[in-house]
Amino acid sequence: MEKRVVFRSAWLPYALVAPQIVITVLFFFWPAVQAIWYSFQVQDAFGLKTEFVGLRNFSELFHDSHYLDSFRITAFFSSIVAAAGIAISLLLATFADRVVRGALAYKTLLIWPYAVAPAIAGALWAFLFAPSVGILSYFLRKTGYHWDWVLNGDQAMFLVIVAAVWKQISYNFLFFLAGLQSIPKSLIEAAAIDGAGPARRFWTIVFPLLSPTTFFLLVVNIVYAFFDTFGVIDSITQGGPAGATQILVYKVYYDGVKAADLGGSSAQSVVLMAIVIALTVVQFRFVERKVNY
Amino acid sequence: MRFKHLTLVLAAAGLFSTGAHAQTEIQWWHSMTGALGDKLNELATGFNNSQKDYKVVPVYKGTYPESLTGAIAAFRAGNAPHILQVFEVGTATMMAAKGAIVPVAKVMNDAGEPFEPKSYLPSVAGYYTNTKGEMLSYPFNSSTVLFYVNKDMFKKAGLDPNKAPKTWKEVVAAADKLKASGQACVYTTGWPSWMHIENFSAWHNVPIGTRENGMAGLDTVYTINTPLHVKHISMLGEMAKKGTFTYAGRTNQAEAKFYSGECAMMSSSSGAQANIRRNAKFEWSVNFIPYHDDVKGAPQNSIIGGASLWVMGGKKPAEYKGVAKFFAYLSKPAVQMDWHTATGYVPITMQAYEVTRASGFYDKNPGADMAVKQLTNKAPTANSKGLRFGNFVQGREVIEEEMEAVFAGKKDAKTALDDANRRGNDILRKFEAANK
Repeated sequence: MEKRVVFRSAWLPYALVAPQIVITVLFFFWPAVQAIWYSFQVQDAFGLKTEFVGLRNFSELFHDSHYLDSFRITAFFSSIVAAAGIAISLLLATFADRVVRGALAYKTLLIWPYAVAPAIAGALWAFLFAPSVGILSYFLRKTGYHWDWVLNGDQAMFLVIVAAVWKQISYNFLFFLAGLQSIPKSLIEAAAIDGAGPARRFWTIVFPLLSPTTFFLLVVNIVYAFFDTFGVIDSITQGGPAGATQILVYKVYYDGVKAADLGGSSAQSVVLMAIVIALTVVQFRFVERKVNY
Repeated sequence: MRFKHLTLVLAAAGLFSTGAHAQTEIQWWHSMTGALGDKLNELATGFNNSQKDYKVVPVYKGTYPESLTGAIAAFRAGNAPHILQVFEVGTATMMAAKGAIVPVAKVMNDAGEPFEPKSYLPSVAGYYTNTKGEMLSYPFNSSTVLFYVNKDMFKKAGLDPNKAPKTWKEVVAAADKLKASGQACVYTTGWPSWMHIENFSAWHNVPIGTRENGMAGLDTVYTINTPLHVKHISMLGEMAKKGTFTYAGRTNQAEAKFYSGECAMMSSSSGAQANIRRNAKFEWSVNFIPYHDDVKGAPQNSIIGGASLWVMGGKKPAEYKGVAKFFAYLSKPAVQMDWHTATGYVPITMQAYEVTRASGFYDKNPGADMAVKQLTNKAPTANSKGLRFGNFVQGREVIEEEMEAVFAGKKDAKTALDDANRRGNDILRKFEAANK
């Protein structure tokens, strides 16, 4: 016997979703349409003169070798941030799930960084690793390692990855922990009685049962790496040195806001939009098939 | 409850302020923080107390790029401020925005305020003047690059602390000695493009770009990959490799490295003096920037950085009158001297400079007049009166990216400067297309 509640009102469902629709249209669709419209134009900073140029903004973009570099940098950055963020938090969640004494304290501490704003996280790491005054740079120098991310692009990349991953671990951790706790203990105990060791239990039981969580986090983390890491990059490297950490979203901001090149910046955000839509479709079509719900 | 209370207070404040006086309000958006911001507020208060008809309201709007972006958005929405402080690299953007701005010369003339463009320092006013000789914005805070030496470290390295290197050859020689004496950071620089491309070119009287450094037209192209530029940047690259040049970053990060006693020599803004004076626990000197002595006519004069005040369009005549009165007030020698001595920015009129000298300020603060001396070293030429490149915020970034590639040993100077020139020209063409 199933009990169902049915609303017979014709307008109530629409009224209930209306706020959500209004917000989505106002803050997502409208700006998106505007970005598409601007991407076909060349405009001076003050919007005094506007010229329709068709696809010229796009063709200029794809002839700019630095824009193409930015793709490579974004791909590298995003995949490392997503992969490392997920792997480390899964490890931590698995450990935290097994802890008996002081579990609450561990869990709270691990969730903490999520409350830190990206810009503040960036500033923290920037200070720790500041080439001349940073405390960690000081120890690195003691070991004789030449630490100078102001000039060394690889080190700068390493630093923004560390900051971005650190910032995201808590979020992933929370979901993994919830996922782990929803796995029936009886399954694991049964496997243990059959003689499976912890590693085997993890890979054959826990990991597959976690796959919906992992998949969800994969999507969220990639979106995070693409967009939300802006604050971290802006507060540490501003895309430098020599563009080594200039991911796509940072370039959109830089060209549009700082350089007042609205057309070029809009064209970039249209490209970025297309990439994220494509990535999400690919994830749902192909990766999701491997997920057991 | 709290909110209600707050709105009541705000409403009351609003009623009070509009009801009290029939003053014309003038909005002034700026980017000065800390001591500089306090001093700026003092200027506005000084003006407000000097008369009754106008009230200048300074509003801090974030960093230079932030307040420029904010003003652009405000202009598009129809509520731009009257006065906007714009950094020097935004000059071309403002200039090209014909309907969005009113030339300062016109504001002053329309209001009948005394205004003599010739009374301003030529290398300061020239930066903000068009080829027809019309001053477009009001030079507010101007500085230039200078060369700083840690005398204690010179002594330790067996160098004469009272003889700062004059040429780059001498810099390199001193640097080697300092390095040999165990100095970890020998030479560093703030503002790499401003110092080593823009001022470098002016100081050696060579162009940064065609068409009088872009001042004569939008169809300008960069000329920063000449043999002289390549020689200079490759010298810095060599120094970086030898460990006698430490790159610190694109803005003023170098200054902390100098006043903390980490680096022995530095080139950076003349504005760094205030902080060095406050923090340095060693003997130091401030000097002209070095030059290459095999270049004929060098040294010429250096060029300014900093910001100027732009008057935005679309306001009422009475408000422009107030703006003109305010600028006239700012130009007074006493006000200029106060601003100059408190902030370290250069005085913008010759008269203010003379008054400051007569007051004995320069005798008490040796080096404080170095910036003016260097800016007026010779009468500015087409190569050294300033520059005006479209989207130079981006242009400068490109130059700095390429310089960083040299300092990191990833590119040789020739390739890097060729690339900077080419990429910079792409930006100029884009700006030309958007503003023709």
